[in-house]
Amino acid sequence: MSTLDGKVPHGQPLKDTWTTYKDKVNLVNPANKRNIDIIVVGTGLAGGSAAATLAEQGYNVKAFCYQDSPRRAHSIAAQGGINAAKNYQGDGDSTYRLFYDTVKGGDYRSREANVHRLAEVSTNIIDQCVAQGVPFARDYGGLLDNRSFGGVLVSRTFYAKGQTGQQLLLGAYSAMNRQIARGKIQMFNRHEMLDLVIVDGKARGIIARNLITGEIERHSAHAVVLGTGGYGNVFFLSTNAMGSNTSAAWKAHRRGSYFANPCYTQIHPTCIPRSGDYQSKLTLMSESLRNDGRIWVPARIEDVEAVRNRKLKPTDIPVEHRDYYLERRYPAFGNLVPRDVASRAAKERCDAGFGVNATGEAVYLDFASAIVRYGKEQALLKGESDATDARIKELGKDIVKAKYGNLFDMYKQIADENPYETPMMIYPAVHYTMGGLWVDYNLMTTVEGCYAIGEANFSDHGANRLGASALMQGLADGYFVLPYTIGGYLSNDIRTGKISTETPEFEAAEKEVKERLEGLVNNKGTRSVDYYHKALGIIMWEKCGMSRNEKGLKEAIEEIGALREDFWKNVSVPGGAYELNPQLEKAGRVADFLELGELFAKDALDRNESCGGHFREESVEVGGPQDGEALRDDENYAYVSAWEYTGKPSDAVLHKEQLDFKDIKLTQRSYK
Amino acid sequence: MSSNKQGLSSIGRKVIMALTGFFLMFFLLQHLSINMMSVFSSDMFNEVSHFMGTNPVVQYALQPVLIFSVIFHFVWGMYLEYQNSQAREVKYAMYKGSANASWMSRNMIISGLAVLAFLALHFYDFWIPEINVKYIQGDMSGMLPGADHYRYHEELVHKFAGQPIRVALYVLSFVMLSLHLLHGFQSSFQSVGYNSTKYTPVIKKLGNAFAIAVPAGFVVVALVHFFSH
Amino acid sequence: MDNMNLTLKIWRQKGANDKGKMVDYNVADISEHMSFLEMMDVLNEQLVNTGEEPVAFDHDCREGICGSCSMFINGEAHGPVKGTTTCQLHMRSFNDGDTIYIEPFRAKAFPVLKDLVVDRSSFDRIQHSGGFISVNTSGNTQDANATPIPKHDADLAMDAAACIGCGACVATCKNSSAMLFVGAKVSQYALLPQGKVEAKDRAQNMVAQMDAEGFGNCTNTGACEVECPKGISLSNIARMNREFLSGSMG
Repeated sequence: MSTLDGKVPHGQPLKDTWTTYKDKVNLVNPANKRNIDIIVVGTGLAGGSAAATLAEQGYNVKAFCYQDSPRRAHSIAAQGGINAAKNYQGDGDSTYRLFYDTVKGGDYRSREANVHRLAEVSTNIIDQCVAQGVPFARDYGGLLDNRSFGGVLVSRTFYAKGQTGQQLLLGAYSAMNRQIARGKIQMFNRHEMLDLVIVDGKARGIIARNLITGEIERHSAHAVVLGTGGYGNVFFLSTNAMGSNTSAAWKAHRRGSYFANPCYTQIHPTCIPRSGDYQSKLTLMSESLRNDGRIWVPARIEDVEAVRNRKLKPTDIPVEHRDYYLERRYPAFGNLVPRDVASRAAKERCDAGFGVNATGEAVYLDFASAIVRYGKEQALLKGESDATDARIKELGKDIVKAKYGNLFDMYKQIADENPYETPMMIYPAVHYTMGGLWVDYNLMTTVEGCYAIGEANFSDHGANRLGASALMQGLADGYFVLPYTIGGYLSNDIRTGKISTETPEFEAAEKEVKERLEGLVNNKGTRSVDYYHKALGIIMWEKCGMSRNEKGLKEAIEEIGALREDFWKNVSVPGGAYELNPQLEKAGRVADFLELGELFAKDALDRNESCGGHFREESVEVGGPQDGEALRDDENYAYVSAWEYTGKPSDAVLHKEQLDFKDIKLTQRSYK
Repeated sequence: MSSNKQGLSSIGRKVIMALTGFFLMFFLLQHLSINMMSVFSSDMFNEVSHFMGTNPVVQYALQPVLIFSVIFHFVWGMYLEYQNSQAREVKYAMYKGSANASWMSRNMIISGLAVLAFLALHFYDFWIPEINVKYIQGDMSGMLPGADHYRYHEELVHKFAGQPIRVALYVLSFVMLSLHLLHGFQSSFQSVGYNSTKYTPVIKKLGNAFAIAVPAGFVVVALVHFFSH
Repeated sequence: MDNMNLTLKIWRQKGANDKGKMVDYNVADISEHMSFLEMMDVLNEQLVNTGEEPVAFDHDCREGICGSCSMFINGEAHGPVKGTTTCQLHMRSFNDGDTIYIEPFRAKAFPVLKDLVVDRSSFDRIQHSGGFISVNTSGNTQDANATPIPKHDADLAMDAAACIGCGACVATCKNSSAMLFVGAKVSQYALLPQGKVEAKDRAQNMVAQMDAEGFGNCTNTGACEVECPKGISLSNIARMNREFLSGSMG
């Protein structure tokens, strides 16, 4: 075990660190940039914005995405918004406050200097996006509108209806298009990175598979940037896209990039529950619903049976037979406790047998009292003092519709129930992974020349991410951080010249990739890829999910190892290796998840504290008002766990980056 | 109308379809008003017909524009239809066009070709004899041979009186014209870029009224002459 | 409702240059709560287990926003429910014993790559020709609030920008025209002051590229607007026509 250096520049106050860094970093002269190639893998907010900006600066960019167009990266699905410390609302927001909220929200497990930099550039992002034509919501005066999000005290979230991620991604995509038209970005759609090629200790290219023809291609560059997103699909069911995968990051890990904090996973409390075993993915409902919805389950087990069998309607259960468990357990915050607390509480009730749908994994999110409350208010405003109950409900529904209409429609479409009349059913689901490739202050991984940005790295969100911060980080890395930091590295490469792909390193990597693909299609086993993915998902969810303990994690490591062995023996992948073959694509990704899952469990086992999204049953408060709540252990665990690959994932070697907080005092969260 | 390698751009093409369509709709309205006169007063009809048939502006300015519009609208419409059919090489095994668009809008080529066929009949009935008399025989007087009044009303009546098949063909053709206009009227506005939340619904209503009333007017004229003689 | 048994008629095509044909499949015990793509998953699992090659189809986010999923279902783009992508179409829209036609989106500009997977890169190339505002990433563009934009315009721009680029407009149009897609992008930028500067050139360039890709001509049937999962309005096409014409005249 060694100690890792995050390469944060020292010698000046935190607030000046980034400015000073930018003033001093080496630049590459424009004429030399023309001779430097950069590969960017992934075209979401991070990858897309990085590719566009690097190309604009003059580098030759080769961008890769597995989708048929960069515009389809899963950043597109983000609903809520993007934070920025603009303080347009004059409610006391500032760079420091955004920085502080993000560090605290991350439960003090992020790197202070990175987060401060993120808060600093957040305002540039909004300026840039508006200049690109992103249609953010505006008020009647024509100025930008904000909303508050995720329980912070200021309104700093910019949004474009419920489609902020889509609009920001299309902005980055448009910036890419401009560079593609100029020939500065060479775009490789429907290409998947299958290996990282290292020459003389530096990342110098990738092996990619053309997903249409199946052809294996070698691509060289002076640096490789991974903006390949998170690994939530290790759980099989998540709010990630079906194709979201960890393969690119995992390949980099296998080639020497350390993987940091894999166990930090965000489980979002308000998703539409699973309806059956055929379920392929989960859909998020915006967190904002908890502002007006009350969460409950029946208090009596016989009522649970009855609603499951549809013999009893939830609306017919009298209030005294309902358990508003969040309000009961957390009287101060009630239904507005943070994501991780709300998620665990739902699981606790469902594990105790009170889940309200056929699968036993759902709780109610009820708008009936909000409807009545708004209705009464409206009746007063309209001077209808003698309004009937029906009239009050009607008025209230109008208000709820104005606030959440699109979400209610979406719920109705998926669940086929009218949430205006009957409570919604919700359940937590895996949503975001804070862990990822370890990067230093320059966003470089432990492999020289290999960078990781956006959700693919670990740096900014600590153990828990605040709402509307993922979009901010992706764009900050891509537009405003990486384009500076990568210059410092590439300034040493101006005399290198074109990197040849005709070298033993490329040859060996290509051979390895081909053997693996051919191995998969020639395996002719008996079980489908999905069988393994689902089995892995169940282990992960049961033992590495919302609540973890030593015994379960040890079992998970064993079970995942055994499952992986079985996979390589018995998986069946129809079709050929060198043709369009979605099953083969999936097989490769699941194979990597089967390794990552094991490291995930190992990391969770190592971290015997509860912090953010990581809850260890062994590390809870005992006695006092906080009895049973998560207990962080700053004394022993205020570090980043960065794992070095050595073969079997559970044999990975731990390297620690100690986290020290100069500007912030560490405190324990309390929501009672 | 900026062009590219393939000639006129797709928007240029549709704008020309719309502009010629506008002119043809204007022409229909003018044609109908003269026809209507034949129902009320044969003298007035004769006077106006003679004016239209001999006035140099109408004959040498408007008529060529009309001919150009007619030919262009038809030829271009057919060409576009051909081109559009080329834009989908393999057809769907199941295609539910009625689920999202009106029959009229999807079948402009059918209603258009029907109107074209009608035009052939119409030219055979009126326009060719007219040209023959005026420019080949050189009789610009417009007088009915052996009588002291114009020939136009007589000729018109002659075509319909006791001619059930021709009348039926005319009626059918105008039904097709009506279908063509039901889409064409409002479509022309959209093509030239006019679409507003306030007035587009008005244009649509106006278009429906035009598309029904104008062809119905022609049908009435034909029927009146058929039944009253 | 009990679970359903269905007959599927699916377009199978080995590769871009192969001939394809409709093939019949049966699936049993389909729950009404499944999404259409989950029903396809069931079919594919069945095919894998019997050693047959599963049906290739594009899909990714499965929450109606990425625009990957396509499929022409029973004669309509994204199936019978309006305002919905295929991934958000649920089996409760079908009945036990139904026969369902499943075909790829068809247009010369969307060649089939395999089974139900089509190549929509023509859309990307149209965007390359002008689907952007020419602004550099400097970090010091003017402040985001320096130019107020009337809420009405910003909202209209947002409505146009909601396009997910799925291609249902092209697939459903009897002429395979891409006018709604291009109109939406041209409109979004034309409505915003930032985008106005280049609005005329943008319309000219994007239309030229659209034509070069082999899309058909718009005849204003309005089918695109009806089938668009995001409800993009025809008024965007009219706006593009205006931008284009004023660009042509000036």
